[in-house]
Amino acid sequence: MTFDLTSSLILAVPELALAIGAMALLMIGVFSGDRADTTVTGLAVALFLAAIAWIVIFPTDGPAFENAFISDAFSRVMKLLTLVGAAVTLIMSVGFAKAEKFDKFEYPVLIMLSTLGMMLMISANDMIALYLGLELQSLALYVVAAINRDNARATEAGLKYFVLGALSSGMLLYGVSLVYGFTGNTGFEAIAAALSGGERQLGLVFGLVFVLAGLAFKISAVPFHMWTPDVYEGAPTPVTAFFAAAPKMAAMALLVRVTMGAFEPVALDWQQIVVFISIASMLLGAFAAIGQRNIKRLMAYSSIAHMGFALVGLAANSEAGVRGVVIYMLIYLAMTLGTFAFILAMRRNDNNLEQIDDLAGLSSTNPMMATIMTILMFSLAGIPPLAGFWAKWYVFLAAIEAQLYWLAVIGVVASVVGAFYYIRIIKVMWFDESAGGFQPMAGELRFVLLLSGTFVLFYMLVGAPVELMAGAAAGSFF
Amino acid sequence: MYHAIVFLPLIGFLIAGLFGRSIGAKASEYITSGFLVIAALLSWVAFFQVAFGEGEAFTVPIMQFIASGALEVDWALRIDTLTVVMLVVVNTVSSIVHVYSIGYMHHDPHRPRFFAYLSLFTFAMLMLVTADNLVQMFFGWEGVGLASYLLIGFWYKKPSANAAAMKAFIVNRVGDFGFILGIFGVFVLFGSINLDTIFAAAASYLPVEGAGEGAAAAEPVLTFLGYSLDKAGALTAVCLLLFLGAMGKSAQVPLHTWLPDAMEGPTPVSALIHAATMVTAGVFMVARLSPIFELSPDALMVVTAVGAFTAFFAATVGLVQNDIKRVIAYSTCSQLGYMFVALGTGFYSAAIFHLFTHAFFKALLFLGAGSVIHAVSDEQDMRRMGGLRKLIPQTYWLMIVGTVALTGVGIPGTIIGTAGFFSKDAIIEGAFAAHNVVAPIAFVLLTVAAVFTSFYSWRLIFMTFHGKARASADVMHHVHESPLVMLVPLFILAAGSLFAGVIFHEYFIGHDYEHFWKGALFTLAGNEILEEFHHVPLWVKLAPFVAMLLGLAVAWLFYIQDPERPKALARQHRGLYAFLLNKWYFDELYDFLFVRPAKRLGTFLWKEGDGRVIDGLGPDGISARVVDVTNRIVKLQSGYLYHYAFAMLIGVAALVTWMMLGSSF
Repeated sequence: MTFDLTSSLILAVPELALAIGAMALLMIGVFSGDRADTTVTGLAVALFLAAIAWIVIFPTDGPAFENAFISDAFSRVMKLLTLVGAAVTLIMSVGFAKAEKFDKFEYPVLIMLSTLGMMLMISANDMIALYLGLELQSLALYVVAAINRDNARATEAGLKYFVLGALSSGMLLYGVSLVYGFTGNTGFEAIAAALSGGERQLGLVFGLVFVLAGLAFKISAVPFHMWTPDVYEGAPTPVTAFFAAAPKMAAMALLVRVTMGAFEPVALDWQQIVVFISIASMLLGAFAAIGQRNIKRLMAYSSIAHMGFALVGLAANSEAGVRGVVIYMLIYLAMTLGTFAFILAMRRNDNNLEQIDDLAGLSSTNPMMATIMTILMFSLAGIPPLAGFWAKWYVFLAAIEAQLYWLAVIGVVASVVGAFYYIRIIKVMWFDESAGGFQPMAGELRFVLLLSGTFVLFYMLVGAPVELMAGAAAGSFF
Repeated sequence: MYHAIVFLPLIGFLIAGLFGRSIGAKASEYITSGFLVIAALLSWVAFFQVAFGEGEAFTVPIMQFIASGALEVDWALRIDTLTVVMLVVVNTVSSIVHVYSIGYMHHDPHRPRFFAYLSLFTFAMLMLVTADNLVQMFFGWEGVGLASYLLIGFWYKKPSANAAAMKAFIVNRVGDFGFILGIFGVFVLFGSINLDTIFAAAASYLPVEGAGEGAAAAEPVLTFLGYSLDKAGALTAVCLLLFLGAMGKSAQVPLHTWLPDAMEGPTPVSALIHAATMVTAGVFMVARLSPIFELSPDALMVVTAVGAFTAFFAATVGLVQNDIKRVIAYSTCSQLGYMFVALGTGFYSAAIFHLFTHAFFKALLFLGAGSVIHAVSDEQDMRRMGGLRKLIPQTYWLMIVGTVALTGVGIPGTIIGTAGFFSKDAIIEGAFAAHNVVAPIAFVLLTVAAVFTSFYSWRLIFMTFHGKARASADVMHHVHESPLVMLVPLFILAAGSLFAGVIFHEYFIGHDYEHFWKGALFTLAGNEILEEFHHVPLWVKLAPFVAMLLGLAVAWLFYIQDPERPKALARQHRGLYAFLLNKWYFDELYDFLFVRPAKRLGTFLWKEGDGRVIDGLGPDGISARVVDVTNRIVKLQSGYLYHYAFAMLIGVAALVTWMMLGSSF
């Protein structure tokens, strides 16, 4: 029971920085009164950037804390995505906070704590560590979802999320206990070792189902998605943006690690589960979004569908599949951040708008916004040569190579159905009578939107290094 | 020079068509008309060089068009007497019509488009007549069809004009289908569509004598609709298919119905396309292909029969029409019938000669009618004209000239006569002299048609210019003579109508035949019609003359002497009158046989086939199902927490069940 504490701590420097930083910022916020919001936000972003820089500059691999924590190429890439998502959404909230009296210093602190939980999830290599990270993340998110506590819808959404989240946590814990019962271990590698070679035990499969159900809740995959539209719609838009970006990265990373790490020997079982929730998510996301009039709600279904597509890569259970998942999450993050920057910029007469009809005739009043949004929508729909096409291309290719032909076919069909509502937004922007222009975009939103649009449009140019990076990340499991 | 003749109209079309808006209507008019006048003058030069000079026919190559396997199509101009005759006809009439239109279309806002179309038509027609091969001819053939469609529907805001344009196009499709099948047939038989190659190979299809060779000739060379045809049969089939194309373009029964309706177009268009040039394309085509038609007596018999019947039929309908342009249109139809009779009796030169003279006097009549219409405020119904003689004397006399030329006024036995006197009478005499089985019937029909021709032509004159004024006082007050830009072209045409016959008849069908044609028209050794038509009995020579006088007398009796008599006669024979007035009910018959069933079929395929099956099961059905699914799924999102929790538990339960069942295999 001895381990080298120093080397373990070094591996967890970014997490430690965030944890200590969050405490410090909390103190700053509490003791410097009402005006602390901007300062705290700025410092939080700075800490995120520092963590990103650390991960990029000092890549260290290896297990820590008696194998409960692991740092490898996969965890680094996913942490980077999570941190970028968190940092960008925090930046995007600045203008909104000022305009909507949303200037609570607790918000950046909660975001930091939640992000810390996500990073622990990504690096978790043990069921206990997994649960701790997950709960830290979730508890922060419950509060964030209901942070607009004077708004009935927001509180309702927060409450729903909390109750359902508790239910999913219960399921997860129950599953973990079953797994522990049948294997006698909580560490991922030990579980895998215990499972390989043995008989297929029904109780263990029960545990597997419950664990995956708990994780699927976090990526809002069908049928554990029900909270998503309500929370997306009810929460303040910067919170929604955060929900759509960072937690998805972490939960997907965790799902990949649990399936590829702990349950590798029972791949045939979890593959069926993943295929099922993948198909259900893709189809439900595609069909349900057609009926939406609120763009945030539409994005909720869009994210459900996109998680379904990403799971196609996981279902392949191959290196190419994991690579596809990583690329998919990266591109999804870029598109989502851009889209939410756009949604945050939908302001007229100092009011935030959320209806799709409010976009009518945008091409004549704000041609630049309309153009970039068009690019993003085409990309979300998966039109070549935009980034969204390549994302789908990698996961479908992996599925085909794994001979999951039906999964790929259903995915393509769902993609076609889903294209409808993205293209309808384009149609509304370009061909409908103008409903009046929007206010000029805030600088940070313009920056995010431009960056996202550029990345999506010119993805082909950076596609090769991204593929290399994702390939390295996937290599962690094989 | 030949390049200039052919391409000047094309350049004019491109300039007026592409830049007409920017250079303005005036410039478009002058450019297109100027180019056409130059082309017309060059055509006359070419005419005298080729037809009256020495030297063989030749071709002017332009470029290679298609080379695919055995099929080689070059774009080349074939210059021989037949071509230059057509060049003269086309370019002269076209230039005159261009100039005339400057005056006639004065008030129209779309003049650049009009002149562009006219020039496009001229170019296509020149492609047709200079064709060196059948594909090029077909190109021109379709080109004139397109231009005709565009010009009939020039006033596209008028529904009747659009309907007429579509009718012309669709009816011509029937003929063109035959034509293109004929071209395929020619390629199968001769392995080439080059005219020279075809004509050379056609010699091997000469009727052979002797039993041994006869057996070889009976070998099937073409299978068509399940029939195996020997050489003679195959040739007849090909000729009949080609003739079907000619029938469509030249408005022969039963494909004639589009021509009267085509009068919806502006009057200059009627003069150029639907009287002088395009409608004679069928005649030209048969004459051009005389080397193969001549070898198929059966085909020639059909040509004669169709031509004779059309000449008679159209003349009868012309008797009772009241629209001034429709009378002339039926007259055109009838005169085309005459030309086909000449072709059918092997008298190709007479057909071309009549084509040549007819172009002058029929264009004159149409443009004169246009002048009348212009004068009486766009009124076309002759019942609301009358008494215009004093008011527009120049137009009156020009119309008289056209009428005497059409009816063929002349003194038999001398060389004093108008254009029609030489060409039309030659055809009638030729029909009598020919050895064709149907020729005697054709002769009778043509002679009767000549009576009718004379009657309706003079009826037109009398109703329009003589008698009491039947137009409103307001209209009569505005009656005015046309401007010079419209009258001068008419004088040129009038000169042609009066003197073309007397000047050219010796060349076209007389003693200088060989020297003039130089083999451009082919006749078999046994075809002596050129000689025989001179030696018909005297009563035959007098017959057309008497017919002309008879028609004139009756017309005078009916419309000058006793204007009430025609009405009484119409009442007395109401059935016959209605039959003629309704054009033998051809339109009604086609409407019943083709148009309505086609529409029914179209509606069925549209509503049931496309609407219900393809759209219903395809785009519409799928989108409707997607919306259904969406609505159901959206309902699942009820907002109740216990529903959400229930969904999660159901999901887990389903997965667990699935895994249990999966493990029990």
